[in-house]
Amino acid sequence: MSTEPLVRSIDDVQARLAAEGYVADRALATSIYLAVSLRRPLFLEGEAGVGKTAVARALASVLGTELIRLQCYEGLDVSHAVYEWDYARQLLELRILEAAHAVDRAAARQELFSETYLIKRPLLRALEGKPGKPPVLLIDEIDRADEEFEGYLLELLSEFRVTIPELGTIAAAEPPIVILTSNRTREVHDALKRRCLYQWIEYPTFEKELAIVERRVPQADEALSRQVTAVVQELRTAELYKTPGVSETLDWVSALVALDRHELDPATIEETLGVVLKAREDIEAMKGERLTGLLSRAMLHGVRKSG
Amino acid sequence: MPLTANLLVFGRLLRSLGLDISGAHMTDAVEALLLVGLARRDDVRYALRALWVRRRDELPVFDAAFDAFWQDHGERWGRRDLRAIGEPRTGISIQIETVLPELDEAAGAADADDSERPLPEGEVQTWSAVEALRDRDLADMTPAELAQARAVLESLTWDPGEKRTRRWAAGAGPRIDLRRAWRQSLTTGEMVTLPTRARTTRRRPIVLFADVSGSMERYSRMLLHFAHVLTRANHKVEAFVFSTRLTRITLDLRTRRIDDAVTAAARRVPDWSGGTRIGDALRTFHVRWARYVLGRGAVVLMVSDGWDRGDPQELAQQVARLQRSCHRLIWLSPLLGTADYRPLTRGLVAALPYVDDFLPVRTLRNLEDLASHLNRLPPRRAPRRQAVAARAAIMPS
Repeated sequence: MSTEPLVRSIDDVQARLAAEGYVADRALATSIYLAVSLRRPLFLEGEAGVGKTAVARALASVLGTELIRLQCYEGLDVSHAVYEWDYARQLLELRILEAAHAVDRAAARQELFSETYLIKRPLLRALEGKPGKPPVLLIDEIDRADEEFEGYLLELLSEFRVTIPELGTIAAAEPPIVILTSNRTREVHDALKRRCLYQWIEYPTFEKELAIVERRVPQADEALSRQVTAVVQELRTAELYKTPGVSETLDWVSALVALDRHELDPATIEETLGVVLKAREDIEAMKGERLTGLLSRAMLHGVRKSG
Repeated sequence: MPLTANLLVFGRLLRSLGLDISGAHMTDAVEALLLVGLARRDDVRYALRALWVRRRDELPVFDAAFDAFWQDHGERWGRRDLRAIGEPRTGISIQIETVLPELDEAAGAADADDSERPLPEGEVQTWSAVEALRDRDLADMTPAELAQARAVLESLTWDPGEKRTRRWAAGAGPRIDLRRAWRQSLTTGEMVTLPTRARTTRRRPIVLFADVSGSMERYSRMLLHFAHVLTRANHKVEAFVFSTRLTRITLDLRTRRIDDAVTAAARRVPDWSGGTRIGDALRTFHVRWARYVLGRGAVVLMVSDGWDRGDPQELAQQVARLQRSCHRLIWLSPLLGTADYRPLTRGLVAALPYVDDFLPVRTLRNLEDLASHLNRLPPRRAPRRQAVAARAAIMPS
C-alpha cells in the first residue's frame, strides 16, 4: 500500500479535475473522492451526452494513470471483455513443433497455454496495475450489455480476480478505479449497483455549460458561445425525442466556428440545426415560429445571466 | 457515539421510505464520513447519497429525508414530518402510509385492515359455468364472475415469443466453438467432433397501454386485472394507463395481491375516467419511457376504443412511431365484435394504418384468443406499409 493517498480531499479532486478541463460539481467530486479512497466502483447514470465518459478520462489524467476502456454492447462476452487464446498462433506453434518432431504432449500443452498466447482484453488488463498506480477502468454503457454479463462483472468487481482454467487465477495487486456508465436504456441489476457508489449526472446549468464550451472551444467568440449555450439550454426544456447533450453543444459551436459565423440568427440555426437535433421530428418541430420564439427566449436568458 | 446513532436512525428512516440499505452500507457510511469530515453539511449529504441511493427516482426522496432529518436531528420526528416528505410526490406517499404503523411505536400491533383479507372466490367451478361466462361482456361481470374470469386468464399461457439476442453460447448452432474444439483436441489429440455455438434467445417483453378514460370506464377494472395477470405470468411487462395523461403502473402491479395492486395503481392515476388524448399520452411515452422500455423487441398491446379528443394527425404520428419502435403493435378494442360496429371514430381511422393487428377484447373468449395469438406470433416483424399509409392520409411530412 502506498503511503501517499491518491487524492487528499474533495477540494483536491475538484481543483485537479478543473485543471484537466473537467468542471465537476461538489456532489460529483465527493463521489469521485470516495470512489478513489474507498476503492469502490462509481456508477454514473444520466442522459446521453452529459459527460459521463469524460469523467473517467479526466480522472485518469488527474491520477496520471492509464485509462482502460471497455465499451459494452449486446452480445459482449468473456472472450471480448476478459481474455481469449490466440488460436491462430497456437496452431501455428503446434505445427512447428510437429514438423520438428518435438511434440511432447504435456510440454506442448504447458507451452501453448502460457501467457504468450493470451490475448488480454480490458478487464484482465485492468488487474495488472502496479502498486500505487491503479488504472482507471471505464466500463462504458453497461446497460447495453446483457444481464448475464452483469453477473460476471459483479463477481469480478467484488474479488478483482479472474480465473483462467488453463492458466490459474490472476489477482490484482492494485485494484483498479472502476467507473461504470449507463444511459438508462434499461434498469441495471440492483446487485451490481449495490456494490457501487451512485451518481446521477444532470445536464449542466447555463454557467457550467458555458464554462465547458469556453474551455473546449476557446477559438469561438464569447458572444457566440453564450448564444449557442443559451439556445441549447432552451432546447432542453422543450419536449424532444432526443434532447441534445453537452457534446452536441460543443459540436455546434465548433461547426459555427468552422463556418466562420459570429452570431446566431434564425437562418443560421435552420442551416445547422442538424448538428444539435438528431431526430427528424425534432427538427421539423423546431422550424419557423417556434424557432424564433426559442431564439428570443434564449437571448433574453443569456443576457439576464450575463447581467 | 452520537454520529453513529444518528446515522442508524437516518438509515432506518430511509429504509422505511423504500431505500435498500443493508448493515454493510451503514459501516460504509461511517468510513466515508471519516474521510469526508463533518464540516460541511452538503459533503455529508453527497457522501451518503452516493453510498445509499441506487436509482434516480430515489434522489428526491433522499434529499427530502436528509433535509428533514439533519435539520432537527435529535428532536422527535413524528408522523407529520414523514408525511410532509411524502406528500408533494404522489409516488412515495403510499409507501409512507404502509410503513407508518411500523415506525409509530405507540401503534404497536398492525392495523386491522392490514391483516390478510380473503380474496374473492377465484376457483373455476364447472365447465358449463365457464362456458356461460366466456361470451359475457367483461363490463357486465359481477365481482364473483370477474374472479372466475381471472382464474381462467391465470391458467392461460402468455408468451409473446422469443427474441434472438446477440449473445452466443455452447449449443447446436451455426458457429464453430474454436475454444472448445481446441481444448478437446489437446486432450484427445485430434479434432473428432467440432463443437458449435448458437445464439441465445430471450423472451420478448410486453408493453401494455390501457385506456381508462370515461368511455372505457366500464372496462377499467377488468383491464387492471388483466394487466396484473400478465405481470404475474410474464415477468417482463411494462404497464401504462392513460386518459389525458400517461401514468406508469408497472411497479404497482408487481404486488402479489391483486386488490393491493389495483388500489395502488388506481391511486397513482390522476385523471381516472377523464377525456382521451392518446396522441399526447404516447408522446409522453416516447419522450420519457420508450428508450427505457421498448429496447428489446417488445410486443405492444394498446387497449382503447379509439374515442379520442386530441388531434388525429398527432395521434397518427405517435402511433406510427410506436409501431416503428416495437416488434408488433396490437390494438385491442372492446367495441370490436359487437354486432354492427365499424371502426369509424376519428382516432381509430388515424391510428389503424399503423397497427399490426386489430382485435376485440369484449369477452373472456376474446382474451383467450389473444393469448393464443400471442403464443403464435411469428418471429419476424409483420410487413408494414407506413409510407403508403402516410401518403393516403396526406400527412404533413
